[in-house]
Amino acid sequence: MADSLSVTAHDSVTPAATAPSRHSVLVRVTHWLTTLSFFALLLSGVELIISHPRFYWGEVGNIWVKPLFQIHIPASRAMVVTGYNYTLPDQNGWSRYLHFQSAWILVLSGLLYLVSGLVLRHFRNDLLPEKSSLSWRSFAEGVREHIQLRRPADLRSYNLIQRLSYLGVVFGLLPLAVWTGLAMSPSFVSAFPLTVNLLGGTQSARTIHFFDSLALTLFVLVHVFMVVRSGFKRSMKAMTIGTPVERP
Amino acid sequence: MNPITRRRLITTGTAAVVGAAGLGAADHIARRYGLMPPDSGGIYGPGETLTYASQRLLTRHSLAREFSRSQISPRPLQNVIGKPTPEFLKLQADGFKDWKLTIDGMVAHPMSFSIADIRRFPTKSQITMISCEEGWSYIAEWIGTPLSNLLAEVGVHPDARSVVYRSMEKGWMDNVDMADALHPQTFVAYGMNNADIPVPSGGPLRLRVPRQLGYKSVKFINHITITDSLKNFALGPGETAPDFSYSWYAGI
Repeated sequence: MADSLSVTAHDSVTPAATAPSRHSVLVRVTHWLTTLSFFALLLSGVELIISHPRFYWGEVGNIWVKPLFQIHIPASRAMVVTGYNYTLPDQNGWSRYLHFQSAWILVLSGLLYLVSGLVLRHFRNDLLPEKSSLSWRSFAEGVREHIQLRRPADLRSYNLIQRLSYLGVVFGLLPLAVWTGLAMSPSFVSAFPLTVNLLGGTQSARTIHFFDSLALTLFVLVHVFMVVRSGFKRSMKAMTIGTPVERP
Repeated sequence: MNPITRRRLITTGTAAVVGAAGLGAADHIARRYGLMPPDSGGIYGPGETLTYASQRLLTRHSLAREFSRSQISPRPLQNVIGKPTPEFLKLQADGFKDWKLTIDGMVAHPMSFSIADIRRFPTKSQITMISCEEGWSYIAEWIGTPLSNLLAEVGVHPDARSVVYRSMEKGWMDNVDMADALHPQTFVAYGMNNADIPVPSGGPLRLRVPRQLGYKSVKFINHITITDSLKNFALGPGETAPDFSYSWYAGI
């Protein structure tokens, strides 16, 4: 009796305290695991590119094959002609270890996020665009909001552009990164040759992997910028300790 | 904030216990079925173990992709090799007729094979890709005999776990597990693109492991040791290039 009374009193004083968090625990945990692994993958990925900053299309590519393009940075291997007259130290040992360990963290937390998102209807409730918002007008409004770096009108729910880009990252760019990464593995493709043949070859997979990583990096930059614009402290609180975001 | 209820405490507690037991069981199973790579310790151990164990389970019998003759790279890339020793140059001057590949360790009959001896084993060829961990690749035809033929000749002990192979090039050695050692595409190769393997490509003898990256296909091999433990090998876990601390498993 006393218990139920105290709960009611508590509720009426601070309604926000019992309102559901802006982000569920699983979303918050997997968000930061993905963040951590993304930056480790980016760092080690850049390091790995340095050993051969040339990109090709098809099955094979090496210094005797005409590249699709070359990034004009110094290389960590003497055989690559770069225009710089020095060679950087070989860092591929730890870079490869870090790359695959981070990839595992990304894949495992991604699976946890996908399964929980389906079961708890996170995708349906928070990410799938609402029917009413599916119009060119609201799309244009969202683009304008992003270009002008304006604060979204309603911080409790995502606008169309946010929903589409989050869905694109979750179901497009990240799975493509895993796929193209595995398509470069000689052992993995020995069991699943279609995964590389569909992409046009090992070097095509590497090139797509590179552009996919660029797209993900661009997303992270815009994402962080918008978070800062829309209230850095409040967003960080919502994504870490999980406070509900109130109306502005 | 949310009060800690008894239910939540029980759920979290159970999840933690189940999780810990699961990790313990996974570790036990991985050890028992040979799914632990030699570099499973250290901070990158979990990632390496997951990669090796999952790939080993998925690819135990799978064959590396083979290509058509028209896809052979017109100019195979010859990676940097060390300056040949006087001993190597002397063998080369004689057309490698005195080159010996010694196989010892946990075998019934330790033996040394000349190139001519190896050529008497059934000849096989494969047109496969060499992918370097740096990112480049080329396709070539490799001619030789499966390593399993030589291993059958010397009689490998059933408890053997690793095949260590050494190069005449100083500091280069590596090892594979029995699944890769007995794999039909793991060759002791003496020919490349219808000729003897040129020295810059690893001639006269190169171990070809096509389901792993190029650094596992060690050049100038002259000594193979069968073992059940990598503890006593000078280079630690028997890595190709311990100076660079490359991962032992190079299937990805």
